[in-house]
Amino acid sequence: MEIPKIVGAGLVVIGAGIGIGRIGGSAMDAIARQPEATGKIQTAMLIAAALIEGIGFAALFAVN
Amino acid sequence: MVILRKIFYFVLVAFVACLPLLSFATTSNDTVTTAATATPEMETAKHVAPIKGQGHEVENANLTEDQKSDSERKSHIKHHLMDSHDFTLFTYGEENNKHFGFSLPVILYDNGLHFFSSSKFEHGEGVAESNGNYYKINHHNGLVYRTDAEGNFTEDNKGHVTNVKPLDFSITKNLFMIILIGLLMFYLFRGLGKSYKQNGSIATGAGRFFEPIVLYIRDDIAIPNIGEKHYKKYMSFLLTIFFFIWFLNMFGLTPLGVNITGNLAITASLAVITYLITTLTAKKDYWGHIFWMPGVPVPMKFILAPIELLGTIIKPFSLMIRLYANMVAGHIVLMSLIALMYTFNSPIGSPLSFFLAFVLSLLEILVALLQAYIFTMLAALYFGAAVEEHHHDEHHEVAHH
Repeated sequence: MEIPKIVGAGLVVIGAGIGIGRIGGSAMDAIARQPEATGKIQTAMLIAAALIEGIGFAALFAVN
Repeated sequence: MVILRKIFYFVLVAFVACLPLLSFATTSNDTVTTAATATPEMETAKHVAPIKGQGHEVENANLTEDQKSDSERKSHIKHHLMDSHDFTLFTYGEENNKHFGFSLPVILYDNGLHFFSSSKFEHGEGVAESNGNYYKINHHNGLVYRTDAEGNFTEDNKGHVTNVKPLDFSITKNLFMIILIGLLMFYLFRGLGKSYKQNGSIATGAGRFFEPIVLYIRDDIAIPNIGEKHYKKYMSFLLTIFFFIWFLNMFGLTPLGVNITGNLAITASLAVITYLITTLTAKKDYWGHIFWMPGVPVPMKFILAPIELLGTIIKPFSLMIRLYANMVAGHIVLMSLIALMYTFNSPIGSPLSFFLAFVLSLLEILVALLQAYIFTMLAALYFGAAVEEHHHDEHHEVAHH
């Protein structure tokens, strides 16, 4: 019972990591294309990253 | 003069950045091979030792010593994350039994009010007597239980304490710091508010630092998310919650060793307040979008209603978990890095651990601000959704396209 839980949480965290990585990468692209919109892009990036991060933490909590 | 001042600032900043290191270094044992003492931490080690060391006493003699220091470090980190009934800044003495700090009042409700000083607990080792009842702190979860005169705990077979737990209204370390920070915030921001009246709309003193932040929250968080029309009534909450979380996070990095935003009860109450404000100030359109989503086929509306309703609870729940988990994770990683010193126990370990902890401390300062920002931002986003007035023509167009 313990091991599937941990593996599942690990998978969720990997998924969250990929998600946040993609958000960060896309934000970089967007900033490179439109440097004048940096502020807005960063705000949107942080919100999206925070929402995904919440899922990652929820998974870690399920294990605890 | 200019150069001198720069050096002074650098030393000051370096000192402030190093402060978090003190919080662990002072409370922990200075050497790994401390002789067995009667501290509560060692008792947990004793719980571990008999299980691992069965049969091979001679072989596992060293191992249990390692495990002992290992579990000692773990319990130090665990102890740091918990709330406590007294304010201990650091522990010293040969057997780590001298504490520097002060006691806080303990208020219990157990068939009548009990009120005494936390010094009676003797840092979790003593049994406090009040009006004929005996109380002791359980060092596994840091809670106060009613015990017999010797302070014995009874446990069921799952390891849960079965003693009577009185209602605890004590001024604990976390509560004490919250009150202190509340007063500090009141002083700072009242000064900012007053300075506008006295000084011809120009902020003075600390207000000069906070004014741009207040304006940022208004112009870049509240107005874009909530809208010109309704943002004003939410501003007080958004400002309070931003500075409250930020201050608490920053105080968590000082050697005071408080971990307030890393306490589930506190983040939960912040989230509940956010939920209540969202729900109670919601306009008709908000409920309309939950129970009868416009622009989708009718069968879909029935499927979406429970999902949307659940979403209203998940939103504040994720606020709670995010703040709590971020702060706890930060504290655990920081303290684990400092504990590397004791793990390596070699000349390489200390500089390595110091360097890593230093870099992580700087990162934690960023995280402290970022989490306050995210919490405020998302709260504003939820408030914005609650008061948004939808233009139904737009939806009509979207549905027809």
